[in-house]
Amino acid sequence: MSVRRLAAEQPADFAFTQDNLQWAEQQIAKYPEGRQASAVIPLLWKAQEQHHGWLPEPAIRRIAEMLGMPVIRVMEVATFYTMFNLSPVGEHFVQLCGTTPCMLRGANALKDVCRKVIGDERHVSEDGKLSWLEVECLGACSNAPMVQINYDYYEDLTPENFETLLEDLRAGRPVKTGSQTGRSCSAPEGGDTSLSDETLYDGSMVGAWRQRFEQQAAAGDATLADAGGKPADQSRPEAKAAADKGDAEAGKAKVEAVAATGAGEPKAPFSAPTVSGKSDDAPKVAGFAGQPAPGAVAEPEPVSDEAKPELLTAPREGKGDDLKMIWGVGPKLEAMLHSMGVFHFDQIAAWTDDNLRWVDQNLGSFKGRAVRERWIVQGKVLAEGGSEQDAEDAARRDRGETV
Amino acid sequence: MLHDRDRIFTNLNGRHGADLQSSLKRGAWDGTKFLLEQGKDWIITEMKASGLRGRGGAGFPTGLKWSFMPKPQEGRPHYLVVNADESEPGTCKDREIMRNDPHLLIEGCMIASFAMHANACYVYLRGEYVREKEALQRAVDEAYAANLVGKNNVHGYPFDIYVHHGAGAYICGEETALLESLEGKKGMPRLKPPFPANMGLYGCPTTVNNVESIAVAGTILRRGGGWFAGLGKPNNTGTKLFSISGHVNRPCNVEEEMGITFRELVEKHCGGVRGGWDNLMAVIPGGSSVPLLPEHQCQDLSMDFDTLRNLKSGLGTAAVIVMDKSTDVIRAIARLSYFYKHESCGQCTPCREGTGWMWRVVSRMAEGRAEKREIDMLLEVTTQVEGHTICALGDAAAWPVQGLIRHYRHVIEQRIDDYTARSTPADHLVAAE
Repeated sequence: MSVRRLAAEQPADFAFTQDNLQWAEQQIAKYPEGRQASAVIPLLWKAQEQHHGWLPEPAIRRIAEMLGMPVIRVMEVATFYTMFNLSPVGEHFVQLCGTTPCMLRGANALKDVCRKVIGDERHVSEDGKLSWLEVECLGACSNAPMVQINYDYYEDLTPENFETLLEDLRAGRPVKTGSQTGRSCSAPEGGDTSLSDETLYDGSMVGAWRQRFEQQAAAGDATLADAGGKPADQSRPEAKAAADKGDAEAGKAKVEAVAATGAGEPKAPFSAPTVSGKSDDAPKVAGFAGQPAPGAVAEPEPVSDEAKPELLTAPREGKGDDLKMIWGVGPKLEAMLHSMGVFHFDQIAAWTDDNLRWVDQNLGSFKGRAVRERWIVQGKVLAEGGSEQDAEDAARRDRGETV
Repeated sequence: MLHDRDRIFTNLNGRHGADLQSSLKRGAWDGTKFLLEQGKDWIITEMKASGLRGRGGAGFPTGLKWSFMPKPQEGRPHYLVVNADESEPGTCKDREIMRNDPHLLIEGCMIASFAMHANACYVYLRGEYVREKEALQRAVDEAYAANLVGKNNVHGYPFDIYVHHGAGAYICGEETALLESLEGKKGMPRLKPPFPANMGLYGCPTTVNNVESIAVAGTILRRGGGWFAGLGKPNNTGTKLFSISGHVNRPCNVEEEMGITFRELVEKHCGGVRGGWDNLMAVIPGGSSVPLLPEHQCQDLSMDFDTLRNLKSGLGTAAVIVMDKSTDVIRAIARLSYFYKHESCGQCTPCREGTGWMWRVVSRMAEGRAEKREIDMLLEVTTQVEGHTICALGDAAAWPVQGLIRHYRHVIEQRIDDYTARSTPADHLVAAE
């Protein structure tokens, strides 16, 4: 708790300006009838704003009157909340965050700057321009250390740029709010590490998700709900296992649905070829299926058994590779591949595109995955001794994604 | 690594417009009417299926929380209150949502309100977020102008949304204190039960949700609970905004998959720990309230609720505070103790007195001006505060100190030894205060 008392010297009276009165009425109207007390914080706030940044006692009484509240209730609020300044502050009131995240990045050095430029804490500088206060976490920790001056945040401070900032404010020169090092919000300095996919911003994603509901409606089968959108990426093994489990459960329903609608495996909405030309197997699929109807998923024409790759009846030397290392293959798919006669990465690496499509169409509920996840590319990488991550990266690169 | 297409907050970095037109293009308000037409039960079922756990710190399943609202009664309106009083040290994620993707939040408010029979929603921002409040208000005004919300909106469900703000009190992040504050009182937590779902704002059924929990709802419903549940780990599903601060090369906010390892998070997005991975000393993985973890527990640390809870810490708000070897860990925790002392509302004696006491003792320990037996006494006092208060602030004040003693008792003892070695018996204080 912090001890807070009203200032010794108080103005005789306080009255809201006409504009602020109007504003106050709008605030009160936000709350149900008889609940106008809810507006007490916004009104006290406005009074403080009107009264040079601090809240005088007459304003507390005036607001109690306006809201039909006992004065003591408003007084309680005014003294409880630390953003109500009960004594005068400088024209530029610096609230310096000193809590651990800012402290770790040098808030203590900023305090020294305040003492040097402004003087003691809680004292207004002689010219009336500046005063400062150490406050608790202001919620801009990724831009630490930072201060709030009046309504604006000033982030990514150093003792040097902070001192310049204070001097600029004192002299009335224009200053830059927000990050002082030019970061956009709290993006990492020196380039974003995420959100580089342009298709997120060109409007092509709008409506893509409806495919799931359309298929569901067409299939008339509620169980499809679970088989809908899937993450575009499942890099964590646990997630992979969970998703595979989901696949297995939804498998039956899906096969029926596929038969009924002539649609491919319900995919992550954003992977639908008709939605994003860039994604997944769209280019290859389109070549076989001609022009897919809008909103429908193209079903690749089946390849004949002539395209069947060479298969084994048992792993060579009794030991196969760990096919789960292929990105997108879980225990279920591995078992399916084993029963098909696929045990080694080099087998997969040697396939032709037609071979791959033959395998793909024999994957049951996983149909589409082999092509989409570029198994040949992955097989080549893994056959040469690459890691799981290498395989995934290679597949992604092959799809035109940035890794 | 999480794919961009699976990120929900596509304007997290503020590179694109936060206005309605830009937000529509990114997929906000996309088919909201269609989603509402699927019905309340469907919405709640999908939310439950998504496995979304509340993003405000406690990790309570959001779908379940929504289902707790009673049947509507005449004269007792339901309310949705969104907790945007983001004050947990280390946490700065909701700020980015409100200023960069406000329409996702407003849409989520509409959907959540619909699912629990509420026609009015209050968003309670912390007082310091003046610019964020303006940004959110701008978006609300746009939504009203486009008739997306309001009495006769295009979605056919009357819905009003109001932006409210506090005036600087950490405790108002506690849901019942927030309701008190919203009613125009001091932010002092209420005893539970009755829970807000029965007696909340103005004595009416109310659900209080974190900004992030609400803002992800629209996308989850569009892409399906199954999509969200397919990300992350079982029981710790989906994506999460991580706020990384402290001793990393490039601190930032980033949306990542739950269960990402701490190392991957820091090295991929933050340019690594300052001075290299081996320079890591400790991590506070979920905002100031959770106990810190020493470096040897962070080697393969998975960032999710269950893993961190098993290490006697917590994911909290996923505010990751990194400390390198240059940190004076006792002082870092002492500063947090000061924070809790400052923010205690003063209602319960163990917290009001205990937070100040803990701060004074930990501060003395930071100097070394203490006795070794006081370490156990301090630990004992933390357990007397923990669990003996109306709200969780008492616990939150106790845990960082417990974490410090659990992992860095040797550092405290060393400090005491050093101090004793260079001081004369005369200036050696024994009193607990």
